Amino acid sequence: MTVYIMCFILFLVGLYGVLTRRNLIKIVIGLSVMEFSCFLFLALIGYIDNGLAPILKAGEEFPKYVDPLPQAMVLTAIVIGLATTAMLLAIAIRIYKKYGTFDIRKVNELKG
Amino acid sequence: MEMIPELYIVIPLLGAFLIPVIGHFVKGFQKIFATLITLSLIIYSVWYFISGTEGQVVTMIGGWEAVKAVPIAIYLVMDGLSAFIILVISLISFLSTFYALGYMKRYTAENNFYALLCLMIAGMNGVVLSGDIFNLYVFLEISVIASYALVAFGTEKKELEASFKYQVLGGIASLLILLSVGLLYWQTGTLNMADIAHVLSDKGQSNALIFTEVLLIVGFGLKAAMIPFHAWLPDAHSSAPSPISAMLSGVLIKAIGIYALFRLFFNVFSLNEGMSVVLLVLGTLSMVIGGLLALGQWDMKRLLAYSSISQMGYVVVGLGIGMYLLIDGGSVAIATLAIAGGLFHLINHAVLKGLLFLNAGAVEYMTGTRDMKELGGLSKIMPLTSGSSLSASLAISGVPPFNGFFSKLLIIIAAIKGEFYLIAALAVVMNFVTMGYFLRFQKEIFYTKEKPAMKLLNPRLPFSMKFSMVTMVLLSLLLSLLVFPAFREIVLSPAVDVLIGTSDYTTKIIGV
Repeated sequence: MTVYIMCFILFLVGLYGVLTRRNLIKIVIGLSVMEFSCFLFLALIGYIDNGLAPILKAGEEFPKYVDPLPQAMVLTAIVIGLATTAMLLAIAIRIYKKYGTFDIRKVNELKG
Repeated sequence: MEMIPELYIVIPLLGAFLIPVIGHFVKGFQKIFATLITLSLIIYSVWYFISGTEGQVVTMIGGWEAVKAVPIAIYLVMDGLSAFIILVISLISFLSTFYALGYMKRYTAENNFYALLCLMIAGMNGVVLSGDIFNLYVFLEISVIASYALVAFGTEKKELEASFKYQVLGGIASLLILLSVGLLYWQTGTLNMADIAHVLSDKGQSNALIFTEVLLIVGFGLKAAMIPFHAWLPDAHSSAPSPISAMLSGVLIKAIGIYALFRLFFNVFSLNEGMSVVLLVLGTLSMVIGGLLALGQWDMKRLLAYSSISQMGYVVVGLGIGMYLLIDGGSVAIATLAIAGGLFHLINHAVLKGLLFLNAGAVEYMTGTRDMKELGGLSKIMPLTSGSSLSASLAISGVPPFNGFFSKLLIIIAAIKGEFYLIAALAVVMNFVTMGYFLRFQKEIFYTKEKPAMKLLNPRLPFSMKFSMVTMVLLSLLLSLLVFPAFREIVLSPAVDVLIGTSDYTTKIIGV
């Protein structure tokens, strides 16, 4: 149980980073931390102590396999995470070119 | 002809792939191909209603049949509600694409624009069709990543800032949804929505389930921009190119926010009084605060964006009343009325807000500004835009011959009959506020005297823009017909039945 709670704490650490940092890149890092806590959680769901990789071998009876479905989910989610992070960084770099700063307090054209 | 739900996803994905590849060599290919794709989606989604397909079409990807009633494959489910939302998506996406043919001349990289638009449509169709909660998340990410890029399409200061804000809040929402997908799998050991519903109905409520539901409300609430999760919407929707604003406000927040939320809460989780009260409160807050914030706006697209929040509040209130009455043992007839009103307002708002954003785009195309302080007297120069905007403004503020009147009337009648007097009163008051800010919108842009600062950039509007706007006006008049039983039975009632028959979803799909 402790592991799951630690996972959730990692999620909250990432959220704290996103909400309090002023630097665009640090916000992106915060989001990545949140993302990886989710992946960790998904991988932990399927984990069994002393479980084997889920590959069936002929002749073996009732081996203890870890659940492969969350692993497949994590792989998919990592690919999606790559796309979102790349997109965020691309926009952050474009913002730097236009405003000349990564400081979020100076990036405030939109109001109301 | 049998319905093949995969086609709704495959056709736009094909477009998203082929447009950048072939469009690089063949000039003008992207425009023709994107129009053809969205047109074929309309034809195919209307075909569902004409062919009279009964019940739902379930496809198991890869042909993996269920073993001992445990589903293995990824399910695509097309039922009344999915078909209804897909109809909305197809209509608005076709008209926006056609509008973009003339409008997008100002931008470079048109290939990428149409490819991203097709990708966004594919993602939304996927969300609506998916019967598997993890795939719902995957499709949701496909559509929102495309929309992040489309919001930043102008690559000027404001667009980039809006896109970054949208991405950070959208990213948090996506992660909350992913976390709750993980939690659901942890509790039930399955990802199929129908199977989750089956397992949960045996297990009953638990604290972990309530935690998951709260995470889902926050996640999808952020996607649907319900107050207090609305901060990104006015920036993102006003900074995007106008056809994309129409898509974002018209369908994206509905397909990935409202649809997903209510599909999960009606059909997957056993109905729960606490959550329905939370949704009612969020809906009422959105309705009131969104409307009040719209009053003070001078940027015309921001005004429309805030108005979207307020109108989505009506939809949530309608569906929330239905949910509350179903749990509380209230009359099913009133619940049906409330849900029908909510869904009816959803399609009305899609068409009307789409039309209003297209009008705002036309004004911007002609004058190059969105600031209402610099505009005025355009009704003489742009009579068509002025007329269509007037009809949309009247319709959305609930003036009788138009569709907006009927849907709001249904919601308010249901609220009064269900004894939600405060909500009914607020809905009526907010309707007058809506009328107030739309009359101001109309007056500042089209009726006051011409301002000296204003100058015309283009002599006239391209045909494609005019065509889309006129078609939308006709659609908004046609939609009033949905109150009559003959039309309602075909389009609206199957969608309402899916939500009313909460646990039938499981029975029909996995047969337990």
